[in-house]
Amino acid sequence: MEPLDGNAIGGLLLEVFGVEMTSAKGVCAYCGAAGELATLVVYLQAPGTVVRCRGCGNVLVVIVDRRGVKCVDLRGVAALDRAD
Amino acid sequence: MARTAVRGRLSWQIATVDGVVVETARVRTIVLGVSEWLGHRAGKHLDVRLTAEDGYRAEREYSIASAPGEPVAITVERLGDGEVSPYLTDELRAGHEIEVRGPIGGHFVWDVDHGGPLLLVAGGSGIVPLRSMLRHRRRSESDVPVRLLYSSRAIEEVIYRAELDDRAAGVEVVYTLTREQPPGWAGHARRVDDALLEEVAWPADEAHPPLAFVCGPTSFVETVASGLVSLGYPPARVKTERFGATGR
Repeated sequence: MEPLDGNAIGGLLLEVFGVEMTSAKGVCAYCGAAGELATLVVYLQAPGTVVRCRGCGNVLVVIVDRRGVKCVDLRGVAALDRAD
Repeated sequence: MARTAVRGRLSWQIATVDGVVVETARVRTIVLGVSEWLGHRAGKHLDVRLTAEDGYRAEREYSIASAPGEPVAITVERLGDGEVSPYLTDELRAGHEIEVRGPIGGHFVWDVDHGGPLLLVAGGSGIVPLRSMLRHRRRSESDVPVRLLYSSRAIEEVIYRAELDDRAAGVEVVYTLTREQPPGWAGHARRVDDALLEEVAWPADEAHPPLAFVCGPTSFVETVASGLVSLGYPPARVKTERFGATGR
């Protein structure tokens, strides 16, 4: 299955963060690449949702649903910023 | 109060199907009546949630096909092994209800004041959010120049064909039919490649760089986006959206 991009998890991100996040900028903790979350590589078919850096491929975000609770792991995100 | 704020933010609500439009053999546009719709911008999505009798739920994200200010509509392509799309395309009738939430997104959007010139590149049902942008442009009486390069497998699979072919819309539309061409077809007949992009795309004028929106299957988007950047488009002016036959 081919990966998608951050546009595909706009609803999930909105649910988790409470605000529109696809246009927020994330910085990769591994390689320093910065980009809007919409541009990141997204795997929906993994156990949970996995977001990877388009530059270096490292895992930035994992979101897993455990009995209705969204568990969010931002292990690979050095910074997350919304313009407004 | 807090509950009201959260509900306004993003919550599932019941939408009533106001109409179903047959676009192609496998594609339907579903016009929805949503009572608490906050309005959307061209290019945004909404989520659809279906719940089976045994409680099993499936959610999918669909691009909004209508312009801001128009009734909310989504255009859905039936995927043979899909859990959700066959129900939406084959079973839904006017008066039925489905759960939706939205609008969603903020990256792959075009407002009239973003200007252009606009280059829209669609693969298959990737045309849907771009159609919202085209309708938004027309409703706003914008004169932003637009070129649309639209790749389909066959002429019968071109979605919104009559609307796109309406010259009054003032949009240059270039089709390419990758698998099957009708007799006498004079248009392009191959997958989008660098040469086709160079022929169709606005030149990458440094003073007034074009704004590109590319939507389609992942491999299609990768090819087009890298092709445009190699033609000199600034990466930040190439907005991309990849879709696939996946759910969560």
